[in-house]
Amino acid sequence: MPQVYPVNVTIALEEANGGNPEQEQGAHLMQMPQPDPRVIARREAIAARLRQVVPGAVIDDPAETRAYECDALSAYRCPPLAVVLPATTEEVAAVLRICHDMGVPVVPRGAGTSLAGGSMPTADAVVVGLSRMSAVLETSLEDRFIRVQAGRTNLSVSGAVDASGFFYAPDPSSQLACAIGGNIGMNSGGAHCLKYGVTTNNLLGVTVVLMDGSVIELGGPMGEAPGLDLLGVVCGSEGQLGIVTEATLRILPKPAGARPVLVAFDASETAGACVAAIIRAGVLPVAIEFMDRPCIRATEEFAHAGYPDCEALLIIEVEGTPPEIDEQLRLIGDIAARFSPIEFRESKSEDESRRIWLGRKSAFGAMGQINDYMCLDGTIPVSALPEVLAGIARLSAKFGLDVANVFHAGDGNMHPLILYNANQPGDLERCEALGAEILKLCVQVGGCLTGEHGVGVEKRELMTTQFTDIDLEAQMRVKDVFDPHWLLNAAKVFPLAVSAPRREGIRNAA
Amino acid sequence: MRPETEDDLSQLIRSASAPLSPIGGGTRLNPGEGQGERLNVSGLRGVVLYEPAALTLVVRAGTPLAEVQAALAAEGQMLAFEPDARPRSTIGGVVAANASGPRRVQAGACRDALLGVRYVNGQGEIVKNGGRVMKNVTGYDLVKLMAGSRGRLGVLTEVALKTAPIPPCVATLALPGLDAAGSVAALTTALTGPYDVSGAAWLPGQGALIRIEGLEGSVAIRRRALTEKLAGFGEVAEGDGASWSRMVPTAPEGDLWRIICRPSEAPALLTTLPQPLAVDWGGSLIWVALPAGEVPALPKWSGHATRVSGAAALTLPLPDPVVARLNASLSERFDPRRIFAS
Repeated sequence: MPQVYPVNVTIALEEANGGNPEQEQGAHLMQMPQPDPRVIARREAIAARLRQVVPGAVIDDPAETRAYECDALSAYRCPPLAVVLPATTEEVAAVLRICHDMGVPVVPRGAGTSLAGGSMPTADAVVVGLSRMSAVLETSLEDRFIRVQAGRTNLSVSGAVDASGFFYAPDPSSQLACAIGGNIGMNSGGAHCLKYGVTTNNLLGVTVVLMDGSVIELGGPMGEAPGLDLLGVVCGSEGQLGIVTEATLRILPKPAGARPVLVAFDASETAGACVAAIIRAGVLPVAIEFMDRPCIRATEEFAHAGYPDCEALLIIEVEGTPPEIDEQLRLIGDIAARFSPIEFRESKSEDESRRIWLGRKSAFGAMGQINDYMCLDGTIPVSALPEVLAGIARLSAKFGLDVANVFHAGDGNMHPLILYNANQPGDLERCEALGAEILKLCVQVGGCLTGEHGVGVEKRELMTTQFTDIDLEAQMRVKDVFDPHWLLNAAKVFPLAVSAPRREGIRNAA
Repeated sequence: MRPETEDDLSQLIRSASAPLSPIGGGTRLNPGEGQGERLNVSGLRGVVLYEPAALTLVVRAGTPLAEVQAALAAEGQMLAFEPDARPRSTIGGVVAANASGPRRVQAGACRDALLGVRYVNGQGEIVKNGGRVMKNVTGYDLVKLMAGSRGRLGVLTEVALKTAPIPPCVATLALPGLDAAGSVAALTTALTGPYDVSGAAWLPGQGALIRIEGLEGSVAIRRRALTEKLAGFGEVAEGDGASWSRMVPTAPEGDLWRIICRPSEAPALLTTLPQPLAVDWGGSLIWVALPAGEVPALPKWSGHATRVSGAAALTLPLPDPVVARLNASLSERFDPRRIFAS
């Protein structure tokens, strides 16, 4: 399925700074811990030891480490101490053992597509990149799984079983580029998780290298192993507990077919109420996507999908054989009719289906054509949709920045896009402040800060709006067990002040 | 001991000096568990929030499962996973045991439907994790860690769960002629085609059983397609829909073993075992009774086997030492005084 990447919010920002942004450029916005000078002073010795175990796969020339200075949250960047690109689990283990022994922080990296800064380095860190680990290790159709190295891209997992009539369900927008290891780190979602769930629901097992270099297998044929569900807590731990090097993934038989409908409304609230009614009626489409007027207008100008002129539209997709699809769409049509839609457009052909999806899939690209934007990722209870849309409109007016809404309505995962001008001094700061207010609103109505992108560095400091000190302490204790010296991706997820005693205590003891 | 509120429970745990064993409705006690003083959580009861249009339920952990199911059924809904439970099970007990029934092959396990938890850890601290929304990657997923943790990390006080519409139409197809080992290929055929199978099992006397659910027309279409597809395995008959609630055997004579494997490994394992009491999850789950104290002599396989009733607790193969250390260290960090260790 073709996908569109979110356009980088900072391309314009970079140009505004003469194309040579310094690390300090984002420092007033995003604080990172001071790098450990004792580690930096040993750069050559560290690189030399790494070269002994992965010859030809260590990068420490500053001209080349620049390529790893950021991920898709490219407003924030910092070249790492060195980059290692191992090819096997054994090499990852050897690398981590050395870093552990020498007290060197490590930042794992899949394909670098994190929107939250999950693989952003620090100057004293060794980046362990999975890009050379892309092999399929085993496929078993009868057991319905595929085992791959964790650097393999999401889409090429489905690609490996497509001819056999199977697919891997989680489909994040970046699926052409993003790595399975990163998907596991962030517990990535996608447009179709209303029916198929997110990464954690489709992950049966992993091979993990712990920071001390030990290699463990978690999960099993049904995703369960004796004892605690360590697989469940490793998934979504943002590379802070270990480096996943191999993954066993559930594959599903492809449905006989799929067909979308487009339903247009004259008010966002009506569209929201229609979503609730469809779910309430017991029909469970594979996807329900929502777009509001600013988003529809921008995508029309960009992609010419032929969307109607309306306040809000839904794209609803159902699956099955043609008569099964007809049966579901008849029900959905009956429900939608109660909300007096402006239009109910049912696809009659492959080409019409493609056109219905075209605008939605072009949405991020289209917004990027007309503006710089920041993409949020809060999730809300579906019932709170009208309240949150009204709240976003109010905040948008207050901050003087437009917000376009495009999101997975069926599961409440919102992606408000805040439009701003990176060349305008103060706009990025205002945009981030508005983003924080919108995310706080999501938490207030019973939702959360991030539905599928992860916390990373981006939402780290907002964690205290959702969690108490005790809640965060409970999570950090898990890291204490897996990575007692807090060397692995340690400046992420937890507010810096909250994690400082652990990060610094360990430093000083070293 | 029967606390009525989360705060009472917290106080009680803070002041505890001897091991406690939290008990709901006794969903699944393994040998050797429940040796501490009984901590009855049935006082923490009631639905906190139920939003049918958002497919979410928040409920106190001591609420009887039957009460939860009745509240959902009144709105045409059910839990998004199929609990495999005892008549007196509480929802907290189901979660603590990750007790998941036949629908696991389609909709996932209890842990997959669990959106959020509140629990009291071994120091009496009240902790929340997850929430009540479908997609949530904010912080570590302790929700999964608590599901199936069998009371070792803390006492669940509140759980948020995904619900699902009750399918308007259900059909159970049977291949009565197949034995357990022979049924696995038929179940695999059903699960690897586009039939959206929600149950694939084998029971003695009934043969292979396959369940499909959904809108009426869709079920009819898939029933025809499956009947044709499975023709090579024998005559496809109407199965007993009540079978799906009988997939977990009650304690038989001798020891009850629960074996997890790949479906493709199941036939070889089954030939080394006496006739199983049930095979579920398309061949991935085998329930078998063995004479007391006997350990099954299984060929090397990729899953695990657990003795769940009878003689002393035992899991095969023995766990990897690093994984065992992680398990023990997590217990120690959540419950440093070892209040929940027995």
